[in-house]
Amino acid sequence: MSKLKGRSLVSITDYSKDDILKILDIAEEFEQNQRQDILRGHVIASLFFEPSTRTRLSFESAVQYLGGSIIGFASPDVSSVTKGESLKDTILTVSNYSDLIVMRNPLDGSARYASEVSPVPILNAGDGANQHPTQCLLDLYSIRKTQGSLDNIHIAMIGDLKYGRTVHSLVQALSLFGATFHFVSPDSLKMPSSVKTVVKNAGLEYHQYTDLTEVIPIADILYMTRIQGERFPDPLEYEKVKNAYILSNDMLDDSKETMKVLHPLPRVNEITEDVDDNPKAYYFQQAKNGIYIRQALIAAILGLK
Amino acid sequence: MNRRTELKVSAIRNGTVIDHIPAEVVYHVFGILNLDQTANQVYLGTNLDSKKLGKKGIIKISGKYFKDKEISKVALVAPNATLIEIKDYEVTKKENIHLPESVSTIVKCINPKCVTNNQNVPTSFTVTKDHKGNMKLFCKYCEKAMSQANLEFL
Repeated sequence: MSKLKGRSLVSITDYSKDDILKILDIAEEFEQNQRQDILRGHVIASLFFEPSTRTRLSFESAVQYLGGSIIGFASPDVSSVTKGESLKDTILTVSNYSDLIVMRNPLDGSARYASEVSPVPILNAGDGANQHPTQCLLDLYSIRKTQGSLDNIHIAMIGDLKYGRTVHSLVQALSLFGATFHFVSPDSLKMPSSVKTVVKNAGLEYHQYTDLTEVIPIADILYMTRIQGERFPDPLEYEKVKNAYILSNDMLDDSKETMKVLHPLPRVNEITEDVDDNPKAYYFQQAKNGIYIRQALIAAILGLK
Repeated sequence: MNRRTELKVSAIRNGTVIDHIPAEVVYHVFGILNLDQTANQVYLGTNLDSKKLGKKGIIKISGKYFKDKEISKVALVAPNATLIEIKDYEVTKKENIHLPESVSTIVKCINPKCVTNNQNVPTSFTVTKDHKGNMKLFCKYCEKAMSQANLEFL
């Protein structure tokens, strides 16, 4: 029985290095044997206060592969939120009907608050622009699976490093494992100093670039991200940078044999479709790994693994 | 203690003196402690010469002692101020105000999308310093950092 039992997961920093490795090991077990009837008799609540396709479906599919039942809603229009119910009241009510609550909510910090008021564990499926720890864990799983280990990898992160929550969490987590970071972005979207401080405090190195081609030969992982137009107060600024980093297949010729391209998806145009058939493209498998990670988290938190 | 300073401090019989307030925030401290609404006698001095600060402010409040929570608020804008308590013209307590490790319910989160600004959730922050020694408040909920310039008191 792991020490993850009964604990909410709100932010990746809630987990130690050992906790992370434990989840990755359990996820590996589920990849080998995905259908295990261990959740029979358990009810998981899936509360999506804002729409999400990928995350919600992969959580729900994770529960069903394990033989559990799901209750909940996929958008707040069909819940008592429309009647003005507070988050606290919704959580307290739903906790009466379920063993664990998976929640996505557009408010930053809503998951931490839910974990404080809820008598059952909360699994954060994204709280606004703040945290999305299951994405981080599936990224780590994908890196370990393709590189054999999380230790001392060279990871290049490309695109919107200022606002992208996935890259911030991934830097925090990989700093536990001794990575070297290569940050590629336009000047206006550079990695925030608070995240760079995490790297420095861990005694690790980071390098900053504006040219994507510089990092391709040295990276073990190319982590591409989407530059989101809605982040820019000035549309002209967005126009300047929106096509700054587009990865096409011919650019991968100089990359390491074992290098993999990751992307949290959805992509717009930052990876051209001709990359999809290259064995170095790993983003769709990465999304699939999300199911194993979510199975592992649910099983560990309920004390079933 | 210098006799002249002691006389200055002892000018009230009972009450509190807050000394070594940077001159530029002295009115801010006045507001934070709601001294514009008190019926007690209050003396405010500003732009006084100070070896430590260049120009400093001092506030004396007669017949009033403050709770830790109120003093925490002062520490957020004047972290090196001195708190002196007087009873019967005697100094009974004199200490440097220190930044608290955390502050709850007294400051608003800067992030409009934070759960504390949208639901009935009391704010809570961890107080730290960045590599330049500047104070930062980290929201326990949305995990955003705020600097002194962004503070808004509740």
